[in-house]
Amino acid sequence: MPEVISRAAPPAPETDEAPARRTAAQRVIQLLDAVWRPALLLVLLVFGWWAITAAEVFPAYLVPAPGDVANELIEEREMLARHTWVTTYETVLGFLLAAAIGMLAAVLIVYSPTLEKALYPLILFAQVIPKIAIAPILVVWFGFGPMPKVILAVLIAFFPVVVSGVAGLRSTDPELLDLSATMGASRWKTFRKIRFPNALPHLLSGLKVAVTLAVVGAVVGEFVGADEGLGYVLLLASGNLNSSLLFADLILMSALGVVLFVMVEVAEKLLIPWHASRRQGVPLTTS
Amino acid sequence: MPETMTTQPAAAAGEQRAATTIDITDLTCTFTSKRKRTTALTDVSLSVEAGEFVSIVGPSGCGKSTLLKIVAGLVPPSSGDVRLLGNPVTGPQREIGFAFQRAALLEWRGVRANILLQAEMRNMDKRQAAARADQLIELTGLTGFESALPHELSGGMQQRVALCRALLHEPPVLLMDEPFGALDALTREHMNVELHRIWRETGTTVVLVTHSIAEAVYLGQRVVVMTPRPGRIERVYDVDLPAVRDYGATMSSSTFEELAREIRVLLGASGHHG
Ligand SMILES: Nc1ncnc2c1ncn2[C@@H]1O[C@H](COP(=O)(O)OP(=O)(O)O)[C@@H](O)[C@H]1O
Ligand SMILES: [Mg+2]
Repeated sequence: MPEVISRAAPPAPETDEAPARRTAAQRVIQLLDAVWRPALLLVLLVFGWWAITAAEVFPAYLVPAPGDVANELIEEREMLARHTWVTTYETVLGFLLAAAIGMLAAVLIVYSPTLEKALYPLILFAQVIPKIAIAPILVVWFGFGPMPKVILAVLIAFFPVVVSGVAGLRSTDPELLDLSATMGASRWKTFRKIRFPNALPHLLSGLKVAVTLAVVGAVVGEFVGADEGLGYVLLLASGNLNSSLLFADLILMSALGVVLFVMVEVAEKLLIPWHASRRQGVPLTTS
Repeated sequence: MPETMTTQPAAAAGEQRAATTIDITDLTCTFTSKRKRTTALTDVSLSVEAGEFVSIVGPSGCGKSTLLKIVAGLVPPSSGDVRLLGNPVTGPQREIGFAFQRAALLEWRGVRANILLQAEMRNMDKRQAAARADQLIELTGLTGFESALPHELSGGMQQRVALCRALLHEPPVLLMDEPFGALDALTREHMNVELHRIWRETGTTVVLVTHSIAEAVYLGQRVVVMTPRPGRIERVYDVDLPAVRDYGATMSSSTFEELAREIRVLLGASGHHG
């Protein structure tokens, strides 16, 4: 069938590794391309901030100058690092637990209609109850340690994991499941080789939302009752009208959220390079 | 139909082969959903001999897909008897290869890994499966694309991958549900020629569901014409064409044209009355 084969072959299938891999130089260029716009915006914002404080539009105890905040970050670095570490630890632990519990709940919901009926109302209830309202109860129960913060982070972060996990697991092509049945595959094998990888794109979107929410959970927990963490420092700074420290603390909180978000994005890039949302380059063939 | 149990002499090689027959007797299938009952199939009887190529044509909704799924054990029939290779069909059948209209490939796997899913799911011998995959890749002209992901392939190539996957375990029976329905006319012709060659070379029993009368007649040794509401077999035609068929010559032969016209008329007529 020579004409079929020639039709199938595209202009230049040079290697077995059909999709071309990018070189290091191209990667750097791409990174710079992605970074320069937000970087420019950030510079403009800081400049605007500086301009406002230089013109003394507001008193310095309300809006500190960028330089003062930078000073605060440098001078108090040891204290701030310690508290940042505490919040990071609570957030990451909460996020990981939320991811694990959320995925487990999603699997149970998808595989068992009975459990779905039992779990869904419970999960919805856990979601709609105001987290700030239960924070004091958690502090009463578990004290000032990291425990209530971790629990709050879990409570606030696991809902998007469940929802995205269920959507992902349900999005499996029914024909693939039929196919799997005719291959005599066990449920577990079908889950491992078909359903779970297929759910990953959905799941990772959920995890990105969850990780930013986990920061909120941990900080809210620290607001209510803590003797360490960025939320505690924020309350302290606010009580002392120390606006430089307050701003420095805010910057660290945001940075924490951004760093964790980027880490999940990197995980996404590594886990699902095949997905449409992650594709780079043009298709090999058309038609 | 008890004759199913007897073994059939192999078409080409002359060696004995196990009975690869589908036997369907008085099959009825009714779907009941909330406040709706759909009779997808009534009084369907059909038997397919070992090594035979049977095409099924019919308008949408006449139960073609349902029929294939019942044979595969994926849908339980309401009544009737279905046997595959002499055994009653009670659950999903492992002795088949299944190909669908959409290639249904795993997006995250390359061509070769997609084909090898079949081997992993069945716990086949790794080395043997790999060798067989390479053979099929070559047979279907996918060489050079072993690690290309599905989105990097054309529709025709995706269908080839699905076909390789369906053939990897050398199933005695291949069930195909409009496998080329989504392809353009030209690619479809090429795929028809390829499928004909693969069928000749492997001696697999094939049941092909299609919308295309030309495809059905070119490929099939028999063409089953189905009509809808309720889905049933209207007629079964024997295709009086040579076993090895050249595409161009077959298409322009008078036997082909007459049969195709007859089927077209039958489908047109039943479309108005049924
Ligand atoms: N799972 C199902 N539940 C309810 N009705 C179904 C189901 N599968 C098929 N049907 C109905 O059965 C009839 C035949 O469907 P199908 O076998 O897909 O036809 P075809 O493949 O010939 O187009 C249609 O009317 C369809 O709506
Ligand atoms: Mg169909």
